Amino acid sequence: MITGSNLEKVLKSGIFACTGELGPPKSAEGHKVEHHAEMLRGYVDAYNLTDNQTAIVRTSSIACGALLVRMGLDPIIQITCRDRNRIAIQSDVLGAVALGIKNILCLQGDHAKFGNEPTAKNVNDIDSMQLIRMLKNMRDEQVFSGGEKLEAPINIFIGAVENPFADPFEYRAYRLAKKVEAGVDFIQTQAIFDMDRFERWMEKVRELGIHKKVPILAGVIPMKSLGAARYMKNNVSGLIVPDELIDRLKAAPDKKEEGIKICVEAIQHLKTVEGVAGVHVMAVAWEEIVPEIVTRAGLYPRPKF
Amino acid sequence: MIVGKRKPLPEIIKAVEPYEKVLVLGCGECVTVCMAGGDKEARETALALSLARKKAGKPAEIESHTVERQCEFEYLESARKKIEAVDVVVSLACGVGVQTMNMHYQDMLTLPGLNTTFMGLPVRQGVWMENCIGCGDCVLGETLGICPIARCSKSMLNGPCGGSQYGKCEISKDVDCGWHLIYERLAKFNRLDVLAAVRPPKDWSTSHSGGPRKMVREDVTL
Repeated sequence: MITGSNLEKVLKSGIFACTGELGPPKSAEGHKVEHHAEMLRGYVDAYNLTDNQTAIVRTSSIACGALLVRMGLDPIIQITCRDRNRIAIQSDVLGAVALGIKNILCLQGDHAKFGNEPTAKNVNDIDSMQLIRMLKNMRDEQVFSGGEKLEAPINIFIGAVENPFADPFEYRAYRLAKKVEAGVDFIQTQAIFDMDRFERWMEKVRELGIHKKVPILAGVIPMKSLGAARYMKNNVSGLIVPDELIDRLKAAPDKKEEGIKICVEAIQHLKTVEGVAGVHVMAVAWEEIVPEIVTRAGLYPRPKF
Repeated sequence: MIVGKRKPLPEIIKAVEPYEKVLVLGCGECVTVCMAGGDKEARETALALSLARKKAGKPAEIESHTVERQCEFEYLESARKKIEAVDVVVSLACGVGVQTMNMHYQDMLTLPGLNTTFMGLPVRQGVWMENCIGCGDCVLGETLGICPIARCSKSMLNGPCGGSQYGKCEISKDVDCGWHLIYERLAKFNRLDVLAAVRPPKDWSTSHSGGPRKMVREDVTL
């Protein structure tokens, strides 16, 4: 065990893992995060807290993570490279660990132009690959990016993302291998709607033996409405939403039920894909549906350690 | 070259409002080539300013002139008479030219009439693209001639990120993904192995991050 976080215990036990996602509010109302976390309690093993997702200012992921620690839950703090340089990131990592946070997910971060501060400076002092390596060095070598020693060891379960729907497609599995080489402990993927492409990516992942080195959690998003599906298809960078799914939703009399069904079917299928160690359910702004999806997908109850 | 874009006329009109005698000073180098601040543009700008002032009922003496290169002191001397005859100079050179003018003619105010956009090249008539941010530590040798610092929106050294789709950057369908281009270039030269190594964080101290830069070469100083 590295940190002994709940997520790590589930993954190391070999049980098919299930993580959820919470979006911090555009306010200082910590109770909103707690409310959403309560909805997911018992249905997921760990809770991603996004870091100003799509470059929109929100309560910090670390602050929200600390709220979850207080609730006895296992947060996964997202850290992007967009807003902070290596000094700030390392400082925040120390702070997160001091607050009892055990899982950190490394991301590059959407460009600031997508958010509510489009004229902000994009920092990008380091990239997501370097962030993984920096955390690994802080943990395994007790050394900061600049070479100085930490005064005492820290423990972090290091996560990263990979997007099978980005290009060049043929490089995407190799890029995942590079993240493993950089020092990652677990992977969460971008949301999967195009299952064929995901399976082609997984084939390559297995060929390279990456699934044996790190657990891969496949990302899913339940579609709440036709509008939401179309928005994701046309406006969210890095996603592919096939027309068949849009058509299926369009034809369904009850869009929400169809959205749930599509998500549940996807999870049930992902459980059979060799090398997929779990799912990451991203139902931001539809948190209340997670228990139903998890239950219908046969992932409830969650293991207790 | 340095690519620039003339400031909107209303902005220049407003900037010279308090002055009676104005010299619009073009530069014969980069901004001439990118058709933003050469002799032609200096004449046009002077004419437009002059008309605007007449229309506003506050006529002013507005002249234009162009020096061969505004970013070197010696070229500024040739225009001394014209410069000293006015109340203010509007420079259509890049930011370097404007500052060279202000350093050389300390008693004269030189205002910018152009926004310096970037270092780049004309890909075709009327279209310029940024290629270099002058980071002070060139990696083009490793990425086979495509700069990840200037051409990736996130200046990644281990790209492409998850926002790269169909060869385009997430910021716009009009912007190529720099790392996609690098990938294709490496593939062409059978050098995809370059991508396998985790490239360490960049030393930004050679860039503007390290503070205003100055270079001294003892071998050529007098």
